[in-house]
Amino acid sequence: MADSTQPLTFGLRLGAGAAATFVLALTLGTLGAVLARAGSFAALGPADWAALRFTVTQATVSAALSLALAIPVARALARRRFAGRGALITLLGAPFILPVIVAVMGILGLFGRAGLLNDGLAALGFDRISIYGFGGVVLAHVFFNLPLAVRLLLQGWLAIPAERFRLAAALGFGPSDVARHLERPMLRAVAPGIFVTIFLICLTSFAVALTLGGGPKATTVELAIYQAFRFDFDPGRAAHLASLQLALCAVTALVAARITVPSAFGAGLDRPVARRDAGGAGLRALDAGLLTLATLFLLAPLAAVFVSGLPRLAALPEAVWRAAFRSVLVAIGSTALTVALALPLALAIARRGRARMLETVGMLPLATSSLVTGTGLFLLLRPVASPGDLALPVTVAVNAAMALPFVLRALIPAARDLEADYGRLALSLGLSGTARLRFLTLPRLRRPLGFAAGLTAALSMGDLGVIALFADADHATLPLQLYRLMGAYRMADAAGAAVLLLALSLGLFWIFDRGGRADAGA
Amino acid sequence: MRRPHVSTLMMAGFLTATTAVAQDKPVLTVYTYDSFVSDWGPGPRIEAAFEAECGCDLDFVATGDGAALLSRVLLEGAGTEADIVLGLDTGLTDAATKSGLFAPHGQESTAYSLPVDWADPVFVPYDWGWFAFVYDRTKTDTVPADFEALAASDLTIVIEDPRSSTPGLGLLLWVKAAHGDRAGAIWEGLADNIVTVTPGWSEAYGLFLEGEADMVLSYTTSPAYHLIAESDDTKAAAAFAEGHYLQVEVAAKLAGTDEPALADRFLAFMISEAFQKEIPETNWMYPAVTPGTGLPDGFATLIRPEKSLLFAPEEAAAIRDAALVEWQTALSR
Repeated sequence: MADSTQPLTFGLRLGAGAAATFVLALTLGTLGAVLARAGSFAALGPADWAALRFTVTQATVSAALSLALAIPVARALARRRFAGRGALITLLGAPFILPVIVAVMGILGLFGRAGLLNDGLAALGFDRISIYGFGGVVLAHVFFNLPLAVRLLLQGWLAIPAERFRLAAALGFGPSDVARHLERPMLRAVAPGIFVTIFLICLTSFAVALTLGGGPKATTVELAIYQAFRFDFDPGRAAHLASLQLALCAVTALVAARITVPSAFGAGLDRPVARRDAGGAGLRALDAGLLTLATLFLLAPLAAVFVSGLPRLAALPEAVWRAAFRSVLVAIGSTALTVALALPLALAIARRGRARMLETVGMLPLATSSLVTGTGLFLLLRPVASPGDLALPVTVAVNAAMALPFVLRALIPAARDLEADYGRLALSLGLSGTARLRFLTLPRLRRPLGFAAGLTAALSMGDLGVIALFADADHATLPLQLYRLMGAYRMADAAGAAVLLLALSLGLFWIFDRGGRADAGA
Repeated sequence: MRRPHVSTLMMAGFLTATTAVAQDKPVLTVYTYDSFVSDWGPGPRIEAAFEAECGCDLDFVATGDGAALLSRVLLEGAGTEADIVLGLDTGLTDAATKSGLFAPHGQESTAYSLPVDWADPVFVPYDWGWFAFVYDRTKTDTVPADFEALAASDLTIVIEDPRSSTPGLGLLLWVKAAHGDRAGAIWEGLADNIVTVTPGWSEAYGLFLEGEADMVLSYTTSPAYHLIAESDDTKAAAAFAEGHYLQVEVAAKLAGTDEPALADRFLAFMISEAFQKEIPETNWMYPAVTPGTGLPDGFATLIRPEKSLLFAPEEAAAIRDAALVEWQTALSR
């Protein structure tokens, strides 16, 4: 990649610098504010170290399993064409964008003690199985993250130009040759980044591990932070734990950057990919089987959520609809901000060739404890304005930062290819500034940008994030309103609100993602 | 990019529009937990009732749950905007008292309808309830009569985590108050009954309603919700011979309030009929002072434990850490 390194223009430098500053302020800055309030780090106890061990173990297993399962599913989606494929791809993304509690309820509808699976086992005369414990935590994390891994891998597959597959067909490549010469190099380029992303998501997991973990054996670092803040009022310990999380993030991101090998497929002409290497009946059956299993695993819990909530949808109180409107505004605001931050960052990273520091900065929000961010922001902003007045802008800013790592994951590989394939041409044509953005960058990045924007919109619809520290009665978002319904015994209405949330998240994701691939034929 | 920008601007306008408040009236700021101010909690009705008589603007600020409420006030310190904090329980009041942020309430002695004596100079109770395991009568025939029987049974239970939830902390103290040095052994016996430990009450209760466990740690008043709001009489609370631990929810005035007279007036209003009559069917707890009209009909069907357990705040704070280690050790085996 070193040969494709290009000078950064002033505008790009400014944009990337501003984005990096924004991210650093929200991550390290807020941690610094908490630390300043605490005075110093407080010592950690044996329970904290046990929590750290459990957290790292479950995150490693969850990430490895999600990635390993995602590869065959993504390959099946990449080499098959069938009716409803586009809709299936959108729907398969749904678990990732669900609020945790909704997804957990869905998983339990399928795998719980009173779930369909156990009812089936009981009907057949078998003993009921319990998913609570380490297995339950990993199962839920795979349920959440498999869709993300599939989507990001699929981007990688779709980025292999059609011409390479035509050449492969002309050379008489079978599936194993395609795997060796095209697919494995692509995986070397994208898989490490995906592993790190999922590892970090699982690292900061709170509610999943707590609800399905079965007891205090399954204590995560995030819970230890929560306890330090809420019950011990020990911000020093919280800051210490949060720093450990960040250090882990930085190390993993750097290691991943080291083992990532950029793919070098060169540019194509954007013809639709015709896969002639995957025609065997056995392979076809394998792919069909894989897709059916993945669909069942990912969509049955969603169907459970849908079926239980749909009857209450029409009767939802007006306050829920108002919250839904507010959440849509937040989602759109966050999306605009994230795209504005991510584009210059991704382009700068791609142009520099080796920009590990910048890439690590982009990953930091993933490893940030939302409680520390919320508390730090609160400490920083309170002297300036009343927290209640800032509820929505703060939510927009934090959601944008939290979504940034995912967006970068989708944009960076595409931006690297763009620079490698078209960078020198653009340079020799003197194409720069807004013209380059308009005629080269945006058209070439349209597909990952659409996906990234959809992801951000959906994520910020469902994210409770820091709103709880800032919210007052009048500024509730839809996820907060859902929790309020549950807190008031109204589980049935909460199920209705969950359906609304699911529909809005998916709808926003679909609109953006669709916009990104309107002309892509995929 | 142009379109989203317009939306951001619209949102900014929308924000400033909703935050405009009446400037001429004094404002009383009350920090409370989230479910109190939700559209289904007591907040909206109480705000209307108090504003009708005080000539002021009552501003509820929601801050998550009870523990979040205290940590927010501690975080803000003496510079807090709060005049009143409403929603701490006796597991948290010791830390609150020691912060020195709260002032004596100065209210005349009140005849509370609490099952224990109450003479705290700083904290005024507004409602209370007994913790209890709630079950479905149509699914569970043999109901355990104490912790030993529960541990010996093969009934499944969902409990809340004492490190993140006030009911979870309540259960920890309940076992300690009932069994003292044997608390660790009780927890070991319960370990195989516990399906999972959830971060908060909502998750636990949701799991129970989905059929994930036979019983859930909640309140003796929980069946009243199902009976009154849903005409469903299948839920009941198990009466335990050891007695039931109490949760008493309290409010207090900040020492640094700039509206001391109004804050006193609110605390007096809080134990008056207008406030107390809203409690049973919005917070689903017992009012601290039973209103003249009595309790709603459904409340008569609830179990009323003869023995109430409650540690004094400083005692609860002193035994908490050791009890937590005991709990963690027993459940980590």
